[in-house]
Amino acid sequence: MRNLWIFISRYNAFFFFVFFFVIGIVLTIKNNAYQRSITLNSTNEVVGSAYERLNVVKRYLNLQEVNDSLSIENSKLKTELLSLKNIDSSKTLTVKDTVFQQQYTLVSAKVIKNSITQANNIITINRGSNDGLVSGMGVISPQQGIVGYVYDVSAHFATIRSLLHENTFVSVTLKKNNAFGSLVWGEGNHDYRKAYVKEIPNHFKVNIGDTVITSGYSKGQNNGFPKGIPVGRISRTQISTGDSFMTLEVNLFNDFSTLQYVYVIKDKFAQEQQTLENRLPDER
Amino acid sequence: MNARIILVNILRWIVLLFVQIFLLRNMNFYNLSTPFLYVLFILALPFGIPNFLLFCIAFLTGLTLDAFYDTLGVHTTACVALAFIRILFISVSVNREAFDEPEPSLGNMGFKWFSLYAVICILVHHLLVFFLEAFKFTTALYTLGRCLSSIVFTLFTVLLVEFLFLNRKAN
Repeated sequence: MRNLWIFISRYNAFFFFVFFFVIGIVLTIKNNAYQRSITLNSTNEVVGSAYERLNVVKRYLNLQEVNDSLSIENSKLKTELLSLKNIDSSKTLTVKDTVFQQQYTLVSAKVIKNSITQANNIITINRGSNDGLVSGMGVISPQQGIVGYVYDVSAHFATIRSLLHENTFVSVTLKKNNAFGSLVWGEGNHDYRKAYVKEIPNHFKVNIGDTVITSGYSKGQNNGFPKGIPVGRISRTQISTGDSFMTLEVNLFNDFSTLQYVYVIKDKFAQEQQTLENRLPDER
Repeated sequence: MNARIILVNILRWIVLLFVQIFLLRNMNFYNLSTPFLYVLFILALPFGIPNFLLFCIAFLTGLTLDAFYDTLGVHTTACVALAFIRILFISVSVNREAFDEPEPSLGNMGFKWFSLYAVICILVHHLLVFFLEAFKFTTALYTLGRCLSSIVFTLFTVLLVEFLFLNRKAN
């Protein structure tokens, strides 16, 4: 027993190393497997508010660009408004119930932390469960394009699993022929302006420059994107995969490197749809 | 260890982590190279520090950084490995009885020793950080490229900081 003790204390550095190293590895693996259970990240109030304070300065420096993009958005909205006003309403006889048709509402949020350089990127925004956010909601950019899914929420903050994350899959379709596939990022591609569309069957004809939009199909839980949000344009089609599906390279509309404001999409019927779909396997 | 050394190290911890989190986190070249200057804090801890304390400090430093990088465990593991390599390297290359320098720095130990020390420690740390972050070997070549270019960048910033402080002491 004494000899053992002498042995351990002589090589104490190695035993300490093994001890702490194992803790570190366990933390890493746990983080990958059950990422929900982690509280020590930027959803944390301390870390979150530190980033928010820093962002006050950053936002001020970018004020001009934000103004420009807002005025562009305003003009776009005004154009739409004008075209809506010009419709001769006396010709339509059917009454549309607009109250129940509004399935989606948007919540605007400021990005207080963003990264594009890591293998799995997470965005933090300054809205949380107090504003009605729940995990799984879709997040879009104010200009064009999608940002990701809400991932974890605290009272005042929420983390978003960005599109630039290896585990983010978004169901998308080609605008011209409705062929649907899934949008992925990562696996050798670490350019924040590009992503890949996979699982589109080979017999569809695809050209460079075709627009890709969200499909609105549910996949997994709370796939929160309505149909028809523009995602990007096809930039390369000749990527051989060897199976009966093609892989398409897409130039994303959304520029993640300058992201400052985002909209979170609340789907009024998400829960209803989910409970309906969950009932399926039980009936068999 | 006297109070001054403790104070200097606490100050160094705050400054280096602040710079790392709020400045260097946003710095990268072509998505490939990003510096992790904060390792300098662990490199520059005094020689006489007990092993257990060194591991605790390395662990907590890594944990703090992970909280801000949203990569729980990655930097923690890498920092612990860095601390172990530090102990090994110092026990091999420095004569324990003869040295009277308080801490490993460029001014105390000379350019040749310090740069070798920094290269080996940073190599181990960066390999662990990038491969734990990727967590697979299918993109090993790309990860290795990121890792090596980052090592160069980190080493450059570490030596730069050391030279800055060298001059200040001489004056």
